[in-house]
Amino acid sequence: MMTKIAFVRKKEIPPSAPPITEVGLIGWLRQNLFSSWLNSILTVLSVYFIVIMLWDFIPWAYGGHWNTKSLRECLDLDPDVACFSVLTARWKQLLFGLYPAEEYWRPTLTFIFLLLAIVPILFPKFFRFFWFSIIYPGLAVWLLWGGSFWSISIVYIGLTLGALFFLTLIRRYLKNYMIAAILAFLFTAVFFLFISSPLVGLLNVILPISLPFVESLKMGGFTLSLIVGVTGIVASFPIGILLALGRQSNLPVIKMICVGFIEFIRGVPLITLLFVASVLLNYFLPPGTNFDIVLRVVIMVTLFSAAYMAEVIRGGLAGLPLGQHEASASLGLTYWQSQRLIIMPQALKISIPGIVNTFIGLFKDTTLVSIISLRDPVGLASTIRADQKWNGIYWELYVAIGLMFFIFCWGMSQYSQYLERKLKTDK
Amino acid sequence: MEKTKINITDEVAIHISDMNKWFGNFHVLRDINLEVRRGERIVVCGPSGSGKSTLIRCINRLEEHQKGSIIVDGTELTTDLKNIDKIRSEVGMVFQHFNLFPHLTTLENCTLAPMWVRETPEKEATEIAMEMLEKVKIPEQAHKYPGQLSGGQQQRVAIARSLCMKPRIMLFDEVTSALDPEMIKEVLDTMIQLAEEGMTMICVTHEMGFARQVADRVIFMDDGQIVEQNEPEEFFKNPKSDRTKLFLSQILGH
Repeated sequence: MMTKIAFVRKKEIPPSAPPITEVGLIGWLRQNLFSSWLNSILTVLSVYFIVIMLWDFIPWAYGGHWNTKSLRECLDLDPDVACFSVLTARWKQLLFGLYPAEEYWRPTLTFIFLLLAIVPILFPKFFRFFWFSIIYPGLAVWLLWGGSFWSISIVYIGLTLGALFFLTLIRRYLKNYMIAAILAFLFTAVFFLFISSPLVGLLNVILPISLPFVESLKMGGFTLSLIVGVTGIVASFPIGILLALGRQSNLPVIKMICVGFIEFIRGVPLITLLFVASVLLNYFLPPGTNFDIVLRVVIMVTLFSAAYMAEVIRGGLAGLPLGQHEASASLGLTYWQSQRLIIMPQALKISIPGIVNTFIGLFKDTTLVSIISLRDPVGLASTIRADQKWNGIYWELYVAIGLMFFIFCWGMSQYSQYLERKLKTDK
Repeated sequence: MEKTKINITDEVAIHISDMNKWFGNFHVLRDINLEVRRGERIVVCGPSGSGKSTLIRCINRLEEHQKGSIIVDGTELTTDLKNIDKIRSEVGMVFQHFNLFPHLTTLENCTLAPMWVRETPEKEATEIAMEMLEKVKIPEQAHKYPGQLSGGQQQRVAIARSLCMKPRIMLFDEVTSALDPEMIKEVLDTMIQLAEEGMTMICVTHEMGFARQVADRVIFMDDGQIVEQNEPEEFFKNPKSDRTKLFLSQILGH
């Protein structure tokens, strides 16, 4: 029998709503929690485990003691609940280490300023306040370590003069950027070698502004974690970008240096580098040089995470089609213009998850400085537990420290997800 | 359709002599001699792997040639980066896969190069960009991102982006090959319009209808050599070489 092939639609089918079991709460539950027998069993089991964990944890934490004098006292009252009194007694130490108590306002203010300084970087809406992010590093160093206001400001004055010198050369006298840069560098070097110290002396006499000096070994607790972590993050990012570009470079010597650096630093445990910073460097440096321990640690942590950062960014660079390079070249953009305007914005966007991963890793790795007897929160936890009154306590301390770190790391993760959503341009 | 030839001048826009290029051991371009005059519209065709894309990519130094000379607008292409950037800013190029910058809007794609390379003020660059987007008939997409446009629209934006640099020469590298059939026409129409305005153009394409309609000269390449060149009418009616005949029979035969 012959079937008819020709067909012409006479009646349109209007779109209709999906069946009730596919949408709303019921639909969601069916699809996600009870889609099959196995899935349903797993759902029930998971809920069971969550419940029994919280069953013990909530009464333990909720009924905890906050105002006893020692662990002994806690145990005498009720051994089955948490003894948070250790936090009540020692929270200042966890936050500020051995920083002098009458100067606690300084790290506190530094922290508040830190929050203000990162806003223009994180949200372009506030970019007009970026000047504050620029002066913040100097301000933070002065607030934390103290000393003369002018010996910090002179760095800014010197760099500003150097930049102005460079710009004047370019605008008025020279076309060649390279020569102008070298001259400006020499100018700045002369300023710092010969002019800066007499100038600071003079300024100190005319208008003495200074804070009591606090030495690096007094820094501790979360103050130290933030000093090392934030400086490491801020400094490792640009170094990582340069290393990634260097590794892709056509110039063999630059490429070799970058590859060598990345592979060496990545191949060595961070602890080893920290030991080098704390112990070995003293052997290599001339006797009597006072090379600040926190600075040494910051440099090592920065180099370490810069190497990781470089590889993460290289992944982003490799993810870009060759056509992007060709298109920007064909429009006449120079290498640096094309890196800055076309390549890096896209490569960094692809690498956001990896970059934030490295940042979070770096921030948590700051706890390793406890190994070289700096007093970060984890190092302090050992100190506190060595105290007779709190000997034997561990849960409460480490839960609190963990929570603090979690807040910072979770914040970074949330921001990165926000950024990814914001930069999504394909839909 | 009758086309105008009054545009062609005596001025030499591109002069290529005895140019050779190798990819490793592979001799991809052999003794290329070509002179393009201002206002001339050239179509380059040939089987894949014949070196036609490489040829036009040598003109703005996306590929480096190893022997012979290429002179564009009186400037010879050497390793001097200044010359290369200068030539690139005066030679526009449109690619098979559009290569728009996905992180920038259509408008930003168009204003970027004028602002950074020519140092045009933003307001003026925006005016030029809107003018060019109107020319390719998509001013209403100015604030969308490339990922939100169709292939044909993206390719027209790519053409507008090149035009914003006010180039003296345009290179088209198989610009319709990655497009769905219903979008090819809108891109070709834009190119025809450009050709009629007297732009110096070199187009690598398989669109023989386009070649017939606008080209002043058709060049056939095979095995890295220019095998035959002629006016389009003669080229299609009386191909001289066997290789040209074979090629034409393959692409026109169905």
